[in-house]
Amino acid sequence: MTTKTRNLVLTLAAVGVAYVVIFIIDNHLDAYKIRILNLIAINAILAVSLNFIYGFGGMFSLGHSGFMAIGAYTSALLILSPAQKEMMWMLQDVAWPFSVLQTPFWFSLIAGGFVAAAFSLVIALPVLRLGGDYLGIATLGFAEIIRVLIVNWASITNGSLGIKGIPPHATLYVNYTCLFVTLYCIVRLLHSNFGNVIKAIRDDEIAAKVMGINTFRYRVLAFCVGAFFAGIGGALQGNLITTIDPNMFTFLLTYNVLMIVVAGGLGSITGSIIGSIIITVMLEWLRIADSAFSIGGLTIPGVPGMRMVIFAVALLAIILYRREGIMGMHEFSWNWLFGRGRGNK
Amino acid sequence: MTAPILDIADLTRSFGGVMAVNGLNMAVPHGSITGLIGPNGAGKTTVFNMISGFYTPDHGRIVLDGRDITGLTPHIICELGIARTFQNIRLFGNATALENVMVGCHVRRKKQWWMPLVFWPGTRAEEKDIRTQAEALIHRLDLDKYANENATALPYGAQRRWEIARALAPHPAFLLLDEPAAGMNPQESEELMRFIKRLRDEFELTILLIEHDMKVVMGVCERIWVLEYGRLIAEGSAEEIRANPKVVEAYLGDSIDDVAAGKREEAHAEN
Repeated sequence: MTTKTRNLVLTLAAVGVAYVVIFIIDNHLDAYKIRILNLIAINAILAVSLNFIYGFGGMFSLGHSGFMAIGAYTSALLILSPAQKEMMWMLQDVAWPFSVLQTPFWFSLIAGGFVAAAFSLVIALPVLRLGGDYLGIATLGFAEIIRVLIVNWASITNGSLGIKGIPPHATLYVNYTCLFVTLYCIVRLLHSNFGNVIKAIRDDEIAAKVMGINTFRYRVLAFCVGAFFAGIGGALQGNLITTIDPNMFTFLLTYNVLMIVVAGGLGSITGSIIGSIIITVMLEWLRIADSAFSIGGLTIPGVPGMRMVIFAVALLAIILYRREGIMGMHEFSWNWLFGRGRGNK
Repeated sequence: MTAPILDIADLTRSFGGVMAVNGLNMAVPHGSITGLIGPNGAGKTTVFNMISGFYTPDHGRIVLDGRDITGLTPHIICELGIARTFQNIRLFGNATALENVMVGCHVRRKKQWWMPLVFWPGTRAEEKDIRTQAEALIHRLDLDKYANENATALPYGAQRRWEIARALAPHPAFLLLDEPAAGMNPQESEELMRFIKRLRDEFELTILLIEHDMKVVMGVCERIWVLEYGRLIAEGSAEEIRANPKVVEAYLGDSIDDVAAGKREEAHAEN
């Protein structure tokens, strides 16, 4: 058995074990813990997609909340039945074709990804000519535009009232299946020649051009692939929470994903997954900091938002003392686990 | 003399008020090793940047093998057969040396980026082929030693060679070397000269190099162009350039004498 076949068998076995664990958890844990596990999966999808754009593609993008919003709204609009939409849209009537359209969940999910990717293409063509911080500012502006558009385009989005009553399709099985598919796609792309080229462009765009690479085209592609999975992540989140409104998709959402990516390690998929586990759990666990507590006789009154302060401090500490994140640019691999770091990945 | 592979006519480029290159004419013969020299700031690298498509000339034409390439983008120019290295080495930092070369082998490939995802027929073979080709190339250049090391962690001289290897990966017909001998000791530049000659013969290349090390320039270049303040002040064989009073005055002065003196000593020793 070659190392390659062994690794494939091990990976498939690990996925199998994961499903067994999910089955057990689904039957035994309470709703709150399941919610956290769901959030971990969704955050991991979002983090991996942002890492693909930023960590591997070298494009500093702050537009993730915009892509998520597009994914979530597309999915919600497609799942709900025409009757439900007619009842809910109070500001204006639902515009055609959504007034008559209803699709299965899986279709709406994929459509969410594709619509997000389509929007990302529209934004990528003008702004990806920018580099570095300018790109960050432009994509941040894009996400804000999307939010404002959602508020004002009431005939499609129901404006600031949002959409309620989305069926809770995003179960543990669905979320983790989506995560595994995302991981498969991203890892495979990164290990292909396309991935090698993307990383080369990140390292030195000028040298990549001289190597005959149409760097702009590759950057646009990588950006759209990232946006596609961000759209899927947004759609899943909408289906998990069952309610969406424009205020969900503020910059804070992008910030959370960015925090996961940076904490996990820019340019490490493993890091993004570890980061999403740690940060999602901490965000919940630190809720106690929002209520009153006492340290050594000193009573601190409950301040809402205290956990975000603690978080900001934690992020500062990461940036100061371990800039490359938890994993740096390293990846988990079976070879590494078995102490054979050389050769095939 | 056969038809030139690269024909540059009236090439001009200014930056603000500075005429970086002014009315340059050059005809580089097929299969030759040629040099572009001149004092610092003479516009040599600007010429390279125009040939490889990073700058668009203000006017003038660049013709490669009968095809006008003026103002094309760098990746198209690479596809048409021009490769280059950089004065400050530009290897991809987070990749192994072999992966660097693999990026260069990517050009003119047919398979689309999404094909590996769906196991499209032939994708795997192409991926494999890229790796095999890169390995074959570095084997030919005797560089196997560092293949799996991180490219920017290599010794300086090795980095220069790997950058040249990477430039050869897209199968160019014409190679531009920007100061290949910079920072090398005499023995290393001696090796480099042999390496450059070997490249030309084995890969059927035409090579144009920018270099300050006169020993290298005089040692390998069959034809030399001299730039000063963006203008061509001399053109000819190494002998002619060495004897040209304009060049001596403008820039070469001492080092030409050194080289000439060195040659005389060698001749003495042989006698």
